[in-house]
Amino acid sequence: MPEINTKQLAKTIRRHIINMTHAGNGSHVASGLSIADIMAVLYGSVMRYKVTEPKWLARDRFILSKGHAGAVVYAVLAEVGFFPTEKLAEHCQNGSLLSGHVSHKGIAGVEFSTGSLGHGLSVGAGMAYAAKLAEQSHHVYVVMSDGECDEGSNWEAILFANHHRLNNLTAVVDYNKLQSITSVEETLALEPFADKWRSFGWYVTEVDGHDHQQLTDALKYVDKNRPHCVLAHTTKGKGISFMENKVVWHYRSPQGEDYNNALKELDALP
Amino acid sequence: MRDAFLQSLIKLAEDNPKLMLLTGDLGFGVFEKFIEQFPKQYLNMGVAEQNMMGVASGLAMEGHTIFTYSIANFATFRCLEQIRNDACYHGLNINMVASGGGFSYGTHGMSHHATEDLGILRVLPDITIVAPSDAWEAGQATSALAQTDGVGYLRLEKSLAPTIPKRENEVFELGKARCLREGKDVAIIACGSIVADALRAADMLAEHQIQARVISMHTIKPLDTAEIIFCAKQTQAIVTVEEHMIDGGLGSAVAEICLESSLPLKFFHRIGLNNTFSAIVGDQQFLRHKYSMDAEAIMHKTLQAWHRK
Repeated sequence: MPEINTKQLAKTIRRHIINMTHAGNGSHVASGLSIADIMAVLYGSVMRYKVTEPKWLARDRFILSKGHAGAVVYAVLAEVGFFPTEKLAEHCQNGSLLSGHVSHKGIAGVEFSTGSLGHGLSVGAGMAYAAKLAEQSHHVYVVMSDGECDEGSNWEAILFANHHRLNNLTAVVDYNKLQSITSVEETLALEPFADKWRSFGWYVTEVDGHDHQQLTDALKYVDKNRPHCVLAHTTKGKGISFMENKVVWHYRSPQGEDYNNALKELDALP
Repeated sequence: MRDAFLQSLIKLAEDNPKLMLLTGDLGFGVFEKFIEQFPKQYLNMGVAEQNMMGVASGLAMEGHTIFTYSIANFATFRCLEQIRNDACYHGLNINMVASGGGFSYGTHGMSHHATEDLGILRVLPDITIVAPSDAWEAGQATSALAQTDGVGYLRLEKSLAPTIPKRENEVFELGKARCLREGKDVAIIACGSIVADALRAADMLAEHQIQARVISMHTIKPLDTAEIIFCAKQTQAIVTVEEHMIDGGLGSAVAEICLESSLPLKFFHRIGLNNTFSAIVGDQQFLRHKYSMDAEAIMHKTLQAWHRK
């Protein structure tokens, strides 16, 4: 795979997210910006895949369990070459397969469709278990939201992954501490969050979810026998000052002055 | 029925090392032989049906043929969204085997009475739904579902399922109803082991000079529309019987076909639970009687409709 500058990739992903949610009048722009760095590092320097062979058996598997940030998946897949970036213009348009919540149908590179929270980790655990059975060495990555951890099904999957010592499974939690109405702690407290995962038998790494070196090191780590949780401390809306930590950008689509200002801020990023 | 399912499953597992059985911590004293023979093809998922369905989907995405096993309501309602989004939307070969169809667990109470499963699952796209009437159908359906792409639902019953005599060299086919008794006056279309009550009702009706055609509509989806249309043309009188709500299940499915075919019927009557929870407990046959769907009730209701027509 060619060397990818993950910083540039993250910036390009952010631009796509702004453009896609603007053109498609889509929601969840801030949720996408929150994980732009995680996705850039995963697809830029961590995961093994072949854009010419999306179903390559030895590929690492990726599931976006927080499917509402689907624009990011389409953006990164297009940027690394699974399909032309021009296709991104179809996002949320009438008749398009590029739905707001990520869907695999007709889109090369999308491993699994999500949109309802609390599904991805179980599916990822199944894929990781299958890899163990077949003695395959690929890795399974699942990106989740923090609010998603309210869903009980995740804790079933967390139990399962530990029970079967699925060290080929990494759950990345986008811990931006904001849910769809208010903060995580005000909604349904998750702290002590890392301890919860640890007490369920997982190896936990806490990182700055926008620091590419920290992300790379954490995402490349494979424990001897434990599944790995990367608690990525992030900022919802990261990169666009007026969107950062603002719940309203979970819903609002960037239009007019907001849209122009968002692009200007992205241009000013290094 | 469960033994027939298991025998089929063991044969399938021998032929296909990628076939796996996942149980939601149920099947004590049932799966021992399977576990002994195929330890790597068995997973006890614990009491966690949502995760069971999600893991099943992950395994099926990697090419495994999956059978999940639980009590009917747990296997379906508890994880309905995983069935819809993860299994059906991705077209995975996952076959949900439910024990305790209808009133099989009669004394356990309403939590264990499976009386809405067929209707709720029937609206999902790309799903095959089977409610066998006896052990033979259950065993045959198990192999057929394993060999059919997409999600399957196999509704087993715990007891009361006498094996109904088969025609020589009879071949089981998903979506192809079985005519168990010929008759020109009325067609009784049933699914599940309550087919046996339908057959007894037909015998009683014969004493009233009414010849009933009895159909085991083991596959609720895809439905054998040709058989339904044939019944409507031949008898112009249809009674459906199911150990299930009359809304949404077999009776509704048959009614849809009849209406859309525009064939004139002298009467159409659905027998099953009518918009009520089964709060009373008892064995399966007791509850069939209590809720007016046993052989006597089928006979009486058919006679009433016959004389009203």
